[in-house]
Amino acid sequence: MSATAEAPAIQRVSGWRKALGKARSNPTTLVGAVICLVILLAAILAPWIAPHDPAEQDIISRLAPPGGEYPLGTDQFGRDILSRLLWGAQISLTVSLGAIAVACVIGGSIGMVSGYIGGRFDLFVMQVMDVLLSFPSLILGLIVVALLGPDLVNLVVAIALTAIAPFARIARAPTLALKERAFVEAGHALGYSHLRIIFRHILPNILPEVMVMASLWMATAVRVEASLSFIGLGVKPPTPTWGGMTRDGFENILDSPWLAIFPGMAILLLVLGLNMVGDGLRDATDPKLRNE
Amino acid sequence: MIWFVAKRLLAAVPTLLAVLTVVFIIVRIVPGDPALVILGDQATAEAAAALRTRLGLDQPMWVQYWTFVSNALTGNFGASLVTGRPILEEVGAVLPHTIDLTLASMVLGVVVGVPVGIWAALHRNRAIDVAARLLSLLGLSFPVFVSGIYLLLLFGLHWRLFPVIGNADLSDFGDRLHKVVLPAVALGLTMAAYITRVTRSAMLHSLGEDYIRTARAKGVPWRRVVWVHGLRNASLPVVTVVGLYVGILIGNSVLTEIVFNRPGLGKIIVGALNQRDYAMLQGLMVIYCFLIVVVNLVTDLLYGVMDPRVKQA
Amino acid sequence: MSEPLLSVQGLRKHFVQRKGFPRPRTVIVRAVEDVSFTIAPGEAFGLVGESGCGKSTAARALLRLIEPDAGQVTYRGQDVRSARGSALKALRRKMQIVFQDPYSSLDPRQTIGSALMEPMRVHGIATGRDARDRAAALLEEVGLPPGALDRLPHEFSGGQRQRIGIARALTLEPELIVADEPVSALDVSVQAQVLLLLKQLRERRGLSFLFVSHDLSVVRWFCDRVAVMYLGRIVEEGPSGRVLADPLHPYAKMLREASPVPDPAQRGVLPRIVGEIPSAANPPPGCPFHPRCAQAMPVCSTTAPRWTSAAGGGGVACHLHG
Repeated sequence: MSATAEAPAIQRVSGWRKALGKARSNPTTLVGAVICLVILLAAILAPWIAPHDPAEQDIISRLAPPGGEYPLGTDQFGRDILSRLLWGAQISLTVSLGAIAVACVIGGSIGMVSGYIGGRFDLFVMQVMDVLLSFPSLILGLIVVALLGPDLVNLVVAIALTAIAPFARIARAPTLALKERAFVEAGHALGYSHLRIIFRHILPNILPEVMVMASLWMATAVRVEASLSFIGLGVKPPTPTWGGMTRDGFENILDSPWLAIFPGMAILLLVLGLNMVGDGLRDATDPKLRNE
Repeated sequence: MIWFVAKRLLAAVPTLLAVLTVVFIIVRIVPGDPALVILGDQATAEAAAALRTRLGLDQPMWVQYWTFVSNALTGNFGASLVTGRPILEEVGAVLPHTIDLTLASMVLGVVVGVPVGIWAALHRNRAIDVAARLLSLLGLSFPVFVSGIYLLLLFGLHWRLFPVIGNADLSDFGDRLHKVVLPAVALGLTMAAYITRVTRSAMLHSLGEDYIRTARAKGVPWRRVVWVHGLRNASLPVVTVVGLYVGILIGNSVLTEIVFNRPGLGKIIVGALNQRDYAMLQGLMVIYCFLIVVVNLVTDLLYGVMDPRVKQA
Repeated sequence: MSEPLLSVQGLRKHFVQRKGFPRPRTVIVRAVEDVSFTIAPGEAFGLVGESGCGKSTAARALLRLIEPDAGQVTYRGQDVRSARGSALKALRRKMQIVFQDPYSSLDPRQTIGSALMEPMRVHGIATGRDARDRAAALLEEVGLPPGALDRLPHEFSGGQRQRIGIARALTLEPELIVADEPVSALDVSVQAQVLLLLKQLRERRGLSFLFVSHDLSVVRWFCDRVAVMYLGRIVEEGPSGRVLADPLHPYAKMLREASPVPDPAQRGVLPRIVGEIPSAANPPPGCPFHPRCAQAMPVCSTTAPRWTSAAGGGGVACHLHG
């Protein structure tokens, strides 16, 4: 055996690398990644690439059809649809990323700690999670936003609340298996604290599963945010949101169907892209699920 | 079998209680005085006090909790603050529309999803399979209101094949069916996509098992192997997923009802939101959860009937 | 020898399971019923028995990896069972464990170097460069190149992993090592190398060992003294030469006859294992071995035998020798 030491960082992520390599060779994942990347760039670059101010009202060309100065037309106030779509991407991504990050950290911690402690405590926590799961997520989100008031932070809280239970479940299952492994027992024998064992030894081992879950749930979060905005519980106007734009467009659907078609298309594309990426990642990290 | 049913029924009781508790807590952690929220800032102190008494908000917390839980368990969900009518009555009037929609979507999801899933599994990695996988991914990505609007534009406004407004006459079955088609397609699309994937993967899994190989080895015809051995074992995960998905359907029916302007639970909940009818919201939340718990119970029981192993556990 | 390093008195561990609906039955599995022994400094003590006899549970219970229900465990005069917090952490430094399964005993996402340096950091023995040097030295001591530091467990074979597990147990410079079937998961060709390594370490570092194994020939080669366990109790104990060559207890005899002897002249003698080991959830009354014992007497099924000293050292619990 050669005794040359390779860079530890590269070694440590080798499992991830392999998974990413596999995911990259999958055309579906690749297309999904490109879609997500384009939308992310659009969101970041919106202030520079949007042809108009998203709030600027052009009274003369209200409800203008697509083409010319307004590539995707204007809404009932004469605002540029394309510019509003670009700016709206920011809200979609901020809310769903924020909600998934919160749900991932809180739900993941609950699941790990509950599975690690086990016994009656675990049974109780999982019962509570089951109750949370028995609320339809859209209804739960809807009521929480309605009660707290629709703003960005409350949207993040509401959507995160609907996703905590699934993350707790996905983190708990492998924790139950891992805590029986001898390396956890070795940790006890070596005098490690429970927190060290949970966060230094169990967490890295369940991270791939949780991350795949996060990418799949991103898609759901985008959909829920759009749905809440469509119902009228999104970030308040005049901030452009895709769901809110669809709602406005839906009111003018007889005269100007594009007003509803384009924002709907944007939501569909983003959700599709996220689903494609999440799918590919799942296949790549779990060889058993490959092509299933 | 009786023990199995009894066990599941018993297990649902704490869930129901917990659901009620969560609803109770959620409604009460709202910042602000509900009476002032309902009446507005200009309300007189007397009017607010009177409303508080009417709603029982002047009682100690545990009395409120006890009243709420015992009322809910006996089917009394209170009265709407706006119309004054009992919530159960308001819900009962429109529930058939929501159930029509949910059932139709579920049937559609299963009728489309299961055969396509099996078909894809049998042609693994060939063109049919790839197409089925891509289409199901697309179907999964449609937010319900987007698919609803697109269907409405195409079939309702452009080709005028189906009605745009879905207020069906409940006594006329044909009318109900005609008006539920588009909304059900919009709502059932994601479910069909999801069921396709689950069926495909369950089928692939079960076809890879040893008993399938044994059946083939002893000369059972392939067609029979697939339909009898493969499908029987693949059906369990599919039933579970259908049960889980009905909950999502019920939730998402809100969006469908808005798009197709159908009466139903969703319309009521949006109305209650706009009118700040907190009593209605609380009652609706409980009713939604009761529905889901019942669906889960039915799934569990169905599971027990289909899988002999579950009964013994 | 003077004061023992480790003394175990009346150790007991029962597992409680509740099964059934609507009226759950409580099943008590008496994994460890009554186990007592001592280990002197520098001594290698073997614990043998069939699988399921409770030997691994006993080893884990005395390390407090599972909490024992009763009994006394004393390490250099210090009560192990009542130790909490920093006292327990200090005791952990002195007693380490080597596991049976080299595949699950290492964190799959932690490099070997990190796995060896983490205990040093946690116990404040060494950090940074110093810890890395120590880790490399330990690897060398167990026969692995320092390049292994930056690799992950999956890059190593079972034997190599077991060496890493041993190195990790040595990071805290313990005095006692509990080796729980340390070679039984390895290929036969690798077993000898790992055993040799353990013996070298024992001599070089003056380590004491509690060696848990079902393999009599391994125990005979490695241990000074040995105890035979059956259904959660020690049935015979003594110098390994005496116990394994000339056992008194019928169960120990049966084990010896079942164990292969590397002698072609003995070929053809069939092992005479009679019956199955009874469930620890429902142990027979009297002597636990009587249902399988060829020499059972009426008294065996009613009265538990007392512990009696044996001529060649140690003792035995059997009515034949009472």
